[in-house]
Amino acid sequence: MPELRAAVAAGVLANEEAHRALLQATVEVARGIFAAKASTIFLYDDTTDELVFEAVSGEGSQELLGHRIPSSTGIAGWTLVTRQPLVLEDVTKDPRWGGQAIAEQTGYVPKGLMSVPLLHEEEPVGVLQVLDRPTDARFSLHEMDLLGLFGNQAAIALDLLRRARSARAVLDDAGTDAALLARVAENLEGLEGKRRAAGVDLLRSLEALFKG
Amino acid sequence: MAEPATERPLPAWSLPSGTAESLELPTEWPGQVTREWAWGGSTGKGIRVCILDSGIEGDHPMVGELAGAVAVEVGPDDEITVADDAEGDLCGHGTACAGIVRALAPDCELYSVRVLGAGFTGSGSALLGGLRYAVEQGYEVINMSLSTTKSQFAGLLHEVADRAYFKRTVLVASAHNMPVESYPWRFSSVISVGSHEETGADTFYYNPNPPVEFFARGVDVEVAWLGRTKARSTGNSFATPHMSGICALILGKHPELTPFQLKSALYLTATNVEARGA
Repeated sequence: MPELRAAVAAGVLANEEAHRALLQATVEVARGIFAAKASTIFLYDDTTDELVFEAVSGEGSQELLGHRIPSSTGIAGWTLVTRQPLVLEDVTKDPRWGGQAIAEQTGYVPKGLMSVPLLHEEEPVGVLQVLDRPTDARFSLHEMDLLGLFGNQAAIALDLLRRARSARAVLDDAGTDAALLARVAENLEGLEGKRRAAGVDLLRSLEALFKG
Repeated sequence: MAEPATERPLPAWSLPSGTAESLELPTEWPGQVTREWAWGGSTGKGIRVCILDSGIEGDHPMVGELAGAVAVEVGPDDEITVADDAEGDLCGHGTACAGIVRALAPDCELYSVRVLGAGFTGSGSALLGGLRYAVEQGYEVINMSLSTTKSQFAGLLHEVADRAYFKRTVLVASAHNMPVESYPWRFSSVISVGSHEETGADTFYYNPNPPVEFFARGVDVEVAWLGRTKARSTGNSFATPHMSGICALILGKHPELTPFQLKSALYLTATNVEARGA
């Protein structure tokens, strides 16, 4: 019962803010590695079949958070559906291209971007984009590999956030067995000294009882 | 004497004694296959190339006239409908692929089968439905810069890829440039394509270490983009239409070639093979 374990873990492990900080650090590093103007992580929300701006660094950062776009249009959608990385540079003039979601929100129209799927066990959990890297140097397959490697790391961060949220959702539903167990775990975590020892003894007795 | 092979009821499961001469070959295969033999003078005329992608912006100067455009829609119970497409391109990628094919094979007929836009959840069904539709249409070349990792589609895609192979439809599919198990590019019945870094549009390499069989131009390629614009792009998905364009050229000159003969011609004319005089 993975939700039960996750929920109990969520009772004692890092909270949503910590995972968010990890994602934010990820986009900051992505931007730094490629000396780009901005970087974005989209999370795929399978309940609504949309992509959500989950972390943004650089141009237009704060306005974009939480903004949703369709899951199979634009370059982010293409990357999600095909699971293929794609690099686009020197896009001329027309704002209708893949940067449109950003442009509509912030007025910032990127001229180029790198887009890579974030895969967990080969299923996409989101998309990482790096916007407006310097274009003085010709793009190389080495950079493509680097983007893929970095995407792997970002995918782990995004997957952690996703799991934490789903565990938290189970906890928020106070009536579930998982929520009860998580509360017990959370309360035990807050105990010290004799009370904690007594609590652990009681749990051991319960464990023995359940095992029959 | 037995009837010519082409008039026998198909499929032919066996060859009775004394009838081997009925297997007439429609083409002379030269002692040495060169690029000049393979596509010299060809413009891709008479060849229908289908771009299975995000749609195509039909009035783009780098794409020219489209011979047809349809969109694949997926219903709530995964039912597939195919209807004329007035949306154009939802991303820009299909237009880029179409422009690459057009530059190599200027007189081929370009068809768009849009399989994007049905949401991520419907994407596997749309890909399968679109591919089935394209194979039924009998296009000579189908360019697929798309694949799916959804294993429930692998067997079905395999069947369609084999059907295409025997119907003389060539599937040209992008290999993943990430370590991902996806389909249909891994199937031996398709021509799978990765990228090289060189600038020649007709420079392509045979890879003796499959599953990726060929490497074509896929880095820093000038492509058509939305709103009649241009962009520079990188990715295996741009290498694939280069191979599709070359396939259209070869088939334009030798329409009788089967997919396996075409693949042999590609092998023998690959930049790293032809140079050795293979």
